[in-house]
Amino acid sequence: MSMFVIGYYAALITASCIAAYFQNRKAFMLLFSLTLVSFVLGIVGGVPALRGVTVFAGILALAAGTSYAFREFLIQVCSPAIAKELRTAPLTAAFGMFVIFTYAIAGIFAPWIAPFGQSEVIASAFEPPNEDMLLGADQLGRDMFSRIVYGARNSVGLALVATVLAFVIGALAGLYSAVKGGWMDQLSGRVADVIMSVPSLIFALLILSIFGTKLWVIVLVVAIIYSPRVFRLTRAVAGNVVVMDYVEAARLRGEGDWHLIRKEILPNSTAPLIAEFGLEFCFVFLLIAGLSFLGLGIQPPTADWGSMVRENATLISFGDITPLIPAAAIALLTVAVNFVVDWMLFRSSGLKEQ
Amino acid sequence: MSKHHNKGVLLEIRDLKIDGYADETWVPIIKGVDLTLRRGEVLGLIGESGAGKSTIGAAAMGYARDGTRISEGSIEFDGMELTTATSAEKRALRGSRIAYVAQSAAASFNPAHKLIDQHTEAPLHYRIKKRMEAQEDAMELYERLRLPNPTEIGFRYPHQVSGGQLQRAMTAMAMSCRPDLIIFDEPTTALDVTTQIEVLAAIRDIVDQFDTAAIYITHDLAVVAQMTDTIKVLLKGEEVQHASTEKMLDAPEEEYTKSLWAVRSFKRPQKSRPEDDSKPVISVQGIDAAYTGGAKVLDDVSFDIYPGMTVAVVGESGSGKSTAARVITGLLPPMKGEILCRGEALPPRYQDRTRDQLRQAQMIYQMADTALNPKSRISDIIGRPAQFYSGLKGQGLKQRVDELLDLIELDPAKFYNRFPPELSGGQKQRIGIARALAAEPEFIICDEVTSALDQLVAEGILKLLDRLQQELGLAYMFITHDLATVRSIADEVVVMQNGKVVEQGAKEEMFTPPHHPYTDLLLSSVPEMDPNWLTTLLEERGVDNIGEAASV
Repeated sequence: MSMFVIGYYAALITASCIAAYFQNRKAFMLLFSLTLVSFVLGIVGGVPALRGVTVFAGILALAAGTSYAFREFLIQVCSPAIAKELRTAPLTAAFGMFVIFTYAIAGIFAPWIAPFGQSEVIASAFEPPNEDMLLGADQLGRDMFSRIVYGARNSVGLALVATVLAFVIGALAGLYSAVKGGWMDQLSGRVADVIMSVPSLIFALLILSIFGTKLWVIVLVVAIIYSPRVFRLTRAVAGNVVVMDYVEAARLRGEGDWHLIRKEILPNSTAPLIAEFGLEFCFVFLLIAGLSFLGLGIQPPTADWGSMVRENATLISFGDITPLIPAAAIALLTVAVNFVVDWMLFRSSGLKEQ
Repeated sequence: MSKHHNKGVLLEIRDLKIDGYADETWVPIIKGVDLTLRRGEVLGLIGESGAGKSTIGAAAMGYARDGTRISEGSIEFDGMELTTATSAEKRALRGSRIAYVAQSAAASFNPAHKLIDQHTEAPLHYRIKKRMEAQEDAMELYERLRLPNPTEIGFRYPHQVSGGQLQRAMTAMAMSCRPDLIIFDEPTTALDVTTQIEVLAAIRDIVDQFDTAAIYITHDLAVVAQMTDTIKVLLKGEEVQHASTEKMLDAPEEEYTKSLWAVRSFKRPQKSRPEDDSKPVISVQGIDAAYTGGAKVLDDVSFDIYPGMTVAVVGESGSGKSTAARVITGLLPPMKGEILCRGEALPPRYQDRTRDQLRQAQMIYQMADTALNPKSRISDIIGRPAQFYSGLKGQGLKQRVDELLDLIELDPAKFYNRFPPELSGGQKQRIGIARALAAEPEFIICDEVTSALDQLVAEGILKLLDRLQQELGLAYMFITHDLATVRSIADEVVVMQNGKVVEQGAKEEMFTPPHHPYTDLLLSSVPEMDPNWLTTLLEERGVDNIGEAASV
């Protein structure tokens, strides 16, 4: 038996004993069941399996540590009111915020971070990673790492613009429908129904093949596809606010619709809307990635995660993980955003921990 | 205390302390309360909201509501310690030996099941009775509680039954396992005076008949006087006084108790209509109104409100009081008739009224919680009408807001930048008044402004409204179902029933006989401090027609 295996079990058993001694039932159960599982795993998979477990636990611990430190950092930096809210954030939400923060930095400072340009051919096709290229080269010999960094700017940026647009259209229509009621409500409701009745990907493909794959067309199409969901949520939330006495008081004062929306209704419906924003962002992001994968999204040579997966897809059959890296970047962002959204949903639902 | 003195102790609470979770720390809400309840005894818990009445009521079942915890003390129910009992043990008690009657029966019944199915749930669950047996028992209880058609009413759904009947059905349900203890948590607060009597009489009879012990939680002293043997007064989680009902009413000892008793004494002289031929501020003339597609809610309603006068509009819920207010403000255009403001006809829809016409009629709402935008600062809530109508800006606006806050007796420095959820109910209602005043109106509609408030706070609001009327010469339309309020503040009274005005005139006239039968019913239904009031009243009216009397 190697020293690693002996150390591995010794560490686990010591930790379990310490947990048991301090009567920390949860930690003990976790550690000791891990020890038992490791016995089986060690017999079946040998040393590599145990190494795998160690690395995984190490990554998890690192992520937790980073999230914890990042949350503390945010609490220190932000104003007291926001800091108070942040204190309630679970580690998952802090992790999500950290990932989003990292992506934002990568996207904004892409030209300085990336060692090469996004369409610069610097090596032969599919070259493996070396000192110059962290993640190797793609099918045309461009640096994979630089393209991932630029991809953060292009894919995320595009998705963000499209989501914001979808929200502006959907939320405005929803708020106006709630305030006005009557035919305006009916009209926008039915328009939303019509848009929602067409499968979103088919609709996008259709429009993009008619009008071509210009950036603004992509943004507009995606925004229109997703605005009905925002509309329906906003309409429902605002519908509950409109019947409040303070809205009636403002109406009787003679306030215009715009004042009602801006001052009375919107401040009281932001929480669910922000949560929805995070959720929609993920869907929009995935839709754009999907469109790019199908060749109708962002056009080459612009780096984009969705099309990068497609371009390098052939490598999968050779057992190489390169095409999975942009896919992982998409997955990580989606998971991160959902972590943050979950926390916000929890807050806006009014559930408080006992 | 006397008549149950030699009976066994059923519930004994010793030095109970309960904490509530707020702002990430535990703060005490009940600070050491003792309570002893013998079998068959009825105890009244009274106090303002936030005094911890309901929390103690829940604790008597061994239950701490979400966000609260029982931190110290003991609760012993019939020899069983509830603070250390497992949840399974406590669950076995609830429903079978301890029952609970909630404030809002409409919100407490499951709308998807028939009454009788919900009634028989507990006996079936505890295997006390078979289904048919339980149903027969339910019908018997319905009959004892004087519900109409006792054999049939249980097979209706909750929405097919009126509020008072639902509350009685809930009392019957609490009785279904013949519990030793029932906790009544403000069972009549949400009901009209006329309906309240039915429920009170029913509760009292059934508690008597089965010799059940009860804790009766309420903030209405007159009600508690009818129902209970002893009274415990609570203030901010502490006991102020505990004595038998007669002693408590005749000779209250503590200062706070006395102040509670004195509440209903506020009265101000009645004013009469101005002698000269000045026009009424608001004159409602022959209004018919209905909601879209519905039946007529208002039928030929007319009344006048003169400057500086308070006109109280009274009636049960559903009598059209609030609808009349909606017609005046223009939210509901009438089908027939018109609203005159100083002799000029107002456009029926508020959208068509000019800014000045809108300014004339302001409104104060019943629920201050929903009447103030929780996301606006106090300065914005009060400042907006001032800015909107008078075009004030910057320093002038700030000065005006300060002035208004002074007027409603709130410290501007403290309240200027706060948000409504940070304020208490009474303070919120004051902000609502300030918002109405900011428009500098001549006429204010007060829609049940005090009914959601405690008596002490409510009296403060009434005094404030009275002072403002004297200083600013306002006219009020005071919508209420509480005749005590009418007696203290009104100059003229309009009695409404089923959308019609049945009687109107000066207050003194209205409160002296002979009355219209409906006015008479309303007046005699207001609970009085006399502990024998309910008994006397029931004798006068005869047992059978207390409920039906309302539909004269």
